[in-house]
Amino acid sequence: MTEHVATNETILVVGGGISGMTAALEAAETGKNVVLVEKNPALGGRTSQLYRYFPKLCHPTCGLEINLRRLKNNPRVRVLTLAEVTGLSGSTGNYTASIKIKPRYVNENCTACGDCERAVDTMVDDPFNYNLGQHKAAFLPNAMAYPQRYVLDPAIIGSADADKARAACKYGAVDLDMQEETIQVKAGAVVWATGWQPYDAAKIQPYGYGRFKNVITSVEFERLADIHGPTGGKILRPSDGKEAKNIAFIQCAGSRDENHLRHCSRICCMASLKQTHYVREKYPEDGKSTIYYIDIRAIDRFEDFYQKVQADPSVSFIKSKVAKITEDEHGNAVCHGVNTEGYKRYTTPHDLVVLAVGMEPSVKGINIPGHIVADSSGFIEADPANGAVFGAGCASNALDVNRAVQSATAAALRAIQVVNKVAKAEA
Amino acid sequence: MADIKVAAYICKGCGLGERLDTDALVKIAQKDGKVPLAKSHDFLCNADGVAMIRNDIANEGVTHIMIGACSRRAKTEAFFFPENAVARANLREGVIWIRPDTDEARETTQEMAEDYIRMGCAEVKSMTAPGGNTNTGSSKTLLVVGGGVTGMTTAIEASKTGYPVVLVEKTGELGGWAARLYKRVPVHEPYKSPADTGVGDLVAQVQGDSNIKVYLNATVAKTDGAPGRFVVDIATESGATHTEDIGAIVQASGFTLYDMNKLPELGGGKSPNVVDQAGLEALAKAAAAGDGVIRRPSDGQPVKSVVFVQCAGQRDPSGTHLAYCSGVCCNTSIKQAMYFKDANPSVDTTIIYTDLRTPGNGEDFYRSAQEKGVIFTKGKVAQVLPNGATSTVKFHDLILDDTDAAMADVDLVVLATGQVANSGVDIFAAPKTAEEEAAVEVKPISILNLTYRQGPDVPQLKQGFTDSHFICFPYETRRTGIYTAGPVRRPMDIAQAREDATGAALKAIQALENAELGRAAHPRSGDLSFPKVRLEGCTQCKRCTVECPFGAIDEDEKRFPVFNESRCRRCGTCMGACPVRVISFENYSVNSVGAQIKAVDIPDEFSEKPRILILACENDAYPALDMAGMNRNEYSAFVRVIPIRCLGSVNTIWVTDALNAGYDGVMMMGCKSGDEYQCHFVKGSELGRVRMSKIDDTLKTLNLESERVRDLEVAITDIERVPEMINKYAAELVAVGPSPFKGF
Repeated sequence: MTEHVATNETILVVGGGISGMTAALEAAETGKNVVLVEKNPALGGRTSQLYRYFPKLCHPTCGLEINLRRLKNNPRVRVLTLAEVTGLSGSTGNYTASIKIKPRYVNENCTACGDCERAVDTMVDDPFNYNLGQHKAAFLPNAMAYPQRYVLDPAIIGSADADKARAACKYGAVDLDMQEETIQVKAGAVVWATGWQPYDAAKIQPYGYGRFKNVITSVEFERLADIHGPTGGKILRPSDGKEAKNIAFIQCAGSRDENHLRHCSRICCMASLKQTHYVREKYPEDGKSTIYYIDIRAIDRFEDFYQKVQADPSVSFIKSKVAKITEDEHGNAVCHGVNTEGYKRYTTPHDLVVLAVGMEPSVKGINIPGHIVADSSGFIEADPANGAVFGAGCASNALDVNRAVQSATAAALRAIQVVNKVAKAEA
Repeated sequence: MADIKVAAYICKGCGLGERLDTDALVKIAQKDGKVPLAKSHDFLCNADGVAMIRNDIANEGVTHIMIGACSRRAKTEAFFFPENAVARANLREGVIWIRPDTDEARETTQEMAEDYIRMGCAEVKSMTAPGGNTNTGSSKTLLVVGGGVTGMTTAIEASKTGYPVVLVEKTGELGGWAARLYKRVPVHEPYKSPADTGVGDLVAQVQGDSNIKVYLNATVAKTDGAPGRFVVDIATESGATHTEDIGAIVQASGFTLYDMNKLPELGGGKSPNVVDQAGLEALAKAAAAGDGVIRRPSDGQPVKSVVFVQCAGQRDPSGTHLAYCSGVCCNTSIKQAMYFKDANPSVDTTIIYTDLRTPGNGEDFYRSAQEKGVIFTKGKVAQVLPNGATSTVKFHDLILDDTDAAMADVDLVVLATGQVANSGVDIFAAPKTAEEEAAVEVKPISILNLTYRQGPDVPQLKQGFTDSHFICFPYETRRTGIYTAGPVRRPMDIAQAREDATGAALKAIQALENAELGRAAHPRSGDLSFPKVRLEGCTQCKRCTVECPFGAIDEDEKRFPVFNESRCRRCGTCMGACPVRVISFENYSVNSVGAQIKAVDIPDEFSEKPRILILACENDAYPALDMAGMNRNEYSAFVRVIPIRCLGSVNTIWVTDALNAGYDGVMMMGCKSGDEYQCHFVKGSELGRVRMSKIDDTLKTLNLESERVRDLEVAITDIERVPEMINKYAAELVAVGPSPFKGF
């Protein structure tokens, strides 16, 4: 929370989701100085955009609250938001990272009182809600945002709205002259925890994502169920705002498919099983879920969660890779395919289709340092050639939260081993 | 107590100055709060406001600070005074943001703010800045229990970080289960063929590391003490006992394969040609040592057909066998099928499965097996019938929906039986009757032999895996400084176990370092407060020692509690449990909350202004109330909210004091309890609830209605539900009528 000078005994953590926060906090609570770099304006990453976790159906924001409290009390972690690592030079024990920091246009005087938000008229897409809704161009990224500080969308800079925001702030927190800057940060070791992105569902052409409004992705569905989401927690279909009660979940949307992602993304089966709970929670009387699957991968202790969902009469399972989706005259999404258990053809309309999209590592295609070894899917491998850059969480494999936390904790130790050596050499 | 000087600071920013009479608040702090120094500031959290406070600390001798501004969750960087006792009166999220800005509401809103100022002043005066536990140890040595892949990895990684390790292995050699494998599932691209296990290399690293002391044929006979100062007796086969000073412990006691003899219907134990996965590894190793041909155990003939039965004795909802999936057996069977196919593609290999589970890059491995000609059949095996040297496998073919499908003349059947955790004694298992006890074939043997009052091992989940907060904080067991890793806490393969072991090594190192500094471990990491007990008032009732969710408190021979501060997680359950209220923390005590309850001004019974006390879990209910405020979700001005560390820390005296003082109702807001607990102190909310379930008796003796106390489950997302609950309850209390205790 406070500024400390980064040295080659500092650990640089790239990515402020659950993995990055875990790596940073575990290292800091072991007495190491950490610089935590997050590209979004607030920490939390994708888990903070989930409504509930499997299998406990508890809320990710609960664990986030604990992690944020750990962070607020720990002067060893310096947090940089709206920041991206653009270059990494040096070697084990002696790295220099170039970090590009975008302007927030709001300084630390901000009290999160919300006066700027009320003053501004422009609405912009809300990425926290996967652009399913909009928010004001002066916004707090989410209810749990840390830093708890507003952001001005660059779209209004130079407009009258920006001036309104500045005029509304009694505390001199709005600073329209902020510029993008690039800083250099020293580090002895790096934990690369840039997480994952949902596979681009539009690439699965037969499913019509982007063409049919009532075909959405599993991550978008999380936002529909969440009270902080665009519908205030109501499951409404995007085309006409009607209650979506008959919902299809399509597994392996992009995963286990050589045309898309070769790997199994591990979490999607459990995520869909979990999401059937949302349907029952919101529509206890007449909600209906159908899961189209190849194999249900409710791995290890999660099996009993699967068994409970199987016992629920409102949920049916169809072993089938859906061949295509069409749209009928009522706006329903119609699933076509063959149920391989008994080889029966089906043509089934649903109010809403949720594509359980796969996990693609975020490192793929973005600025990872050239010498970092990743497998052909883009996951960082454990390879001596990586020096003291350690992949963690979903940057290293398709993982659920508990495995991502394990991975991040392990990565933190690997980083500590390096900076301990540096400290010993310097002593 | 050292001299204290309290100062109160009231912020006028964020609309507080407009919505509230802040001058009156300053006067309240002086008059009712009795603080010698009270000031208001236009913008307390800015550099100037903070400098004012710092100046008062430096030049006015201020030791205790009461800040009346925003929530304690906001502006934490500005209001960071680790050397001082600090209380925060939540005037923004807790008052002006949850009340309408109307003339009618102004009076009750102001009263709310005034009470929070009184409460803040009362709280801070009953606190001291915690000084840290001094009953610490400084051992930097890790004890690793188990010499398999997990244990060896933990030892190697800890040693690499600069910490000495004592490793205890019960058998005569290192390597564990993995040493029995012929090969492992690949972990690097191209994920196509079985790979070397790497166990030999790990064993060599451990043996070559002078920082790792290995005890073979040894068990942990006794574990005494606390993080930083464990004293562990290690018993060796020769009968000698060695005592080691230990800082923290990693339990990597691994798993045992589920006993296939319990599956006679699948041929388990009926024929030498029906083996489990371990049996197949042994056959593959024997083949590799010979001519490379895997042979039928009964007669040594080459195996020409093999069937793998997945989920044997697993995923069983009936309760007879394992209810869970072991997660690794699909990949293992694929690997084992490749042992045959790689040596001789003409061997028939069939894997009968219901759901094939090969997550991540296991998918490439699965694909490779299909390319190699391994047959995958979706079905459920009903029976394996050995007949001479071969067997018939009867199964329900789920694709053809053929309930009578069968494969005859199978040379070898492999049952994928799954992992059972070696987690020791289930210390919280329901007591067995003598009859049931006698029927247990093998009694669990303790792994750690803890001398703890609550039992010799780490608490377990219902499936026998060690308990942890397994989503956000998977390492946090219920025994501080003791971490479990590897298949003892979740079924896992070598790759996962190695990752897990590395993380556990970090947690253990962190635990011993923080224990030496007198700081708490997760979730209140860094907290310097710890329970202090006035033993002269103790009645030896043992409630604290029984209830502590972390087994931190033992008993001496006179049954007085013995606090092991370094095992404590600072949840306050002991404080809540204590009927004579002799347990407290420097910054959180029966008194610090009680003083707040008493500080509230209770209007008389004719005012039509009821008062409701809310005791809200600081991790979930309190943030939910804050976010309700951020959302401007209104709720009654008659409530007074006090954040608590955990529902488990709620002492019934707070409730009776509140009711005696004339509060009309009490709402307790805590996290979900039970098997799917959400409490970050695991059992805290459950214990608090059990305690409060007995409050009815107290209400009866006070002649009060049971409606006056509510126990509510609240989640952090309940930003609309909580205001609704509050408003509904406030309305209900109107029907019940005012408390008869007002004005006494």
